[in-house]
Parts: sequence; structure tokens; C-alpha cells
Amino acid sequence: MLSLRLYLLQRITALLMAPLVLGHLAVIVYATQGGLSAAEILGRTHGSVPWLLFYGTFVFAVSIHAAIGVRAIVHEWAGLKGVVLEVVMWATGFGLFALGARAVWAVTFA
Amino acid sequence: MTSKFLKVTIERGADAKNAQQVFDVPAHESQTVLDVVSWVQQFADPTLSYRFACRVGMCGSCAMMVNGVPRWTCRTHISKVLDGNSVTIGPLRNLPIIKDLVVDMDPFFDKWVAAEGMHHGGLTRDDPVALVDETSAARIEANAGIECINCSVCHAACDTVAGNPEYLGPAALQRAWTLLNDARDEGREAVLDAVSGKGGCHNCHSMGSCTAYCPSGLDPMSAIAGLKRETTKSFLERVR
Repeated sequence: MLSLRLYLLQRITALLMAPLVLGHLAVIVYATQGGLSAAEILGRTHGSVPWLLFYGTFVFAVSIHAAIGVRAIVHEWAGLKGVVLEVVMWATGFGLFALGARAVWAVTFA
Repeated sequence: MTSKFLKVTIERGADAKNAQQVFDVPAHESQTVLDVVSWVQQFADPTLSYRFACRVGMCGSCAMMVNGVPRWTCRTHISKVLDGNSVTIGPLRNLPIIKDLVVDMDPFFDKWVAAEGMHHGGLTRDDPVALVDETSAARIEANAGIECINCSVCHAACDTVAGNPEYLGPAALQRAWTLLNDARDEGREAVLDAVSGKGGCHNCHSMGSCTAYCPSGLDPMSAIAGLKRETTKSFLERVR
């Protein structure tokens, strides 16, 4: 059910996410503790290529990582297999990517 | 012993929970779970089917679920597993039931074959005997796993096998790991490919039930972790 390639993709995206999660948590703490308003946050992120790359990479890694994880769960716990299993995995991945990419685009360039 | 008789519940039939029978079995000193099952078969119900051979923890025939836990019954003292004065004994988990406490071991051994769990020799009878360096790191790694008695306790304990019947399971994968570390085995590529397929080592969630319940004290979880490392290394080398 999990091939070597899927296993590696999930591990590599986990490695990518580890520092990004810490960065994301730091940003949350900084923004709330510092009392930044939504307008101030958007003012910093708008037009910022570094923030686009930071959260863009995050969304990309999350989409792959979570889709493979959901694949394992629905196979072992719900018995899905074959084409249905593939569809659920890809739909989860694309769905998460669409939601995340839309949010990243909105705070950086929209 | 709190009583002269033990209340022994035996799960019989494929729908085990609905096919329970209760027996009163005389309690003795140093009595094993297998002794209890044998008493039932010999003195209470001769139609009870179960499997055993060596009675000394070598053959791996007598594994059963005891109070929901997979155990080698010939080396398990009943006094250690009694719940009050009762015990429930059932067929091994994760394998098809043939009758009563007897399961079909074919899927278990088929997985050994699927994991390339056989010797891949490269020498002929005309070659000198291959010398094995007992102190090498690989040999120490192999030695850690070769005392498996094929009892299927780890296979029954594994929740990944329960949820994913294709998964090769801890015993077969540990066997593959010992071969990978055996200097005499020349099937490295075949083994790595066999454990990288759909039911391969990458399905393991490292929950560790195999290592926790192995009656021989082996550590299949670490063996599977070794396979994950080796298959990853081998993949990256091929990509380069």
C-alpha cells in the first residue's frame, strides 16, 4: 500500500516541514504578542517573495505529506483500495494544495 | 492458586466471540497454558483442535491468543496470565481459522517467500566453505534475528497486519533483514526489491508490538527499521 517512493516522499516532506512548522509557530507568537493588526501583517507579507517561498513551500510539503498519511489511514481503517484509494489520496493532496495556495496567494500578491 | 479449578474460556469457530465454551480445569503447580488446553482436549472435549509439538519453546507451533494477547502457550505459566481465576484462550489473530485453536499458517509462510526469505547461494559444492566473521557488524546484526521460531506471535500482535493484510509482517521482514546481513547470501537486490513493494517494510508504523510480544526476545521492529534505511540508501544510490 505504501511503496518506497511514497515512503520517501513522506519522509522528505516531513524534513522540510520541521523547520517550517517552528518558523510558523514563531510567526504566530510574534504577531499575537506584538499586537500586529491584520493590516500591518498584510503590509509586511504583500509583495514579499520570501514569505511567498516560506508559506508556498510549507503548503506544498503539507499537501504531499498529509495526502500520503490519509492514504495509509483510509486503507487500514476504512479498507479503501485500488482506484478509490488513489482518488482519495490525490483529491486530498490537490484539495489541501488548492486551499493553502489560495491563502498564500491572498496574503502575498492578491 | 486461589482455587482448585480454573475457569477456562475457549473461543471455538470463526465467529470466535459467539462460539465460546467454558471449562472447569483442575489447577496444578507449574501448569502452562498448553497444559490447560491439553487437559480440556483429553478429559473434557476430545473434539477440541489445537496444535503443538515440542512443548519446550522451539518449534513455534502452539501460539494462541491468551486473554487477548498472543503467546507461546507451552512456555507461558497459567498463573502469570490468570485474570482472577479465569483465562480466555483463542486462535491466533490475523490468520484464517481452520478449526477451534488451529489457524492456517499458509499466509504467514507465503509472506516469508514473498519477502525473499530464502538463502540465495552463490557457491557450489566444489567451492571451499565460506568463512563467516562472527565479529563483523553485519554478522552481529544478522545473529540478532536468526533465532526466530516462526511462531507467528509477532504477526498476530501487529496492528498494521490487521489493517493491511498485504503487509508482509514482522517475521518475514526480519528474516529478509538477517539475509541482507549474511555475508554468504547473494540476493541483496532481490531482497531489497521484495521488501520495497506494496506490502513491504515501508508500511510499518513502528508501533513495536512485534518486539514487545516476541517470545524469543527478538526485535523485529529494529530489523524493519534497518530495511527502511537500506532500501532508502539503495534507492538514492541508484538515482545518483
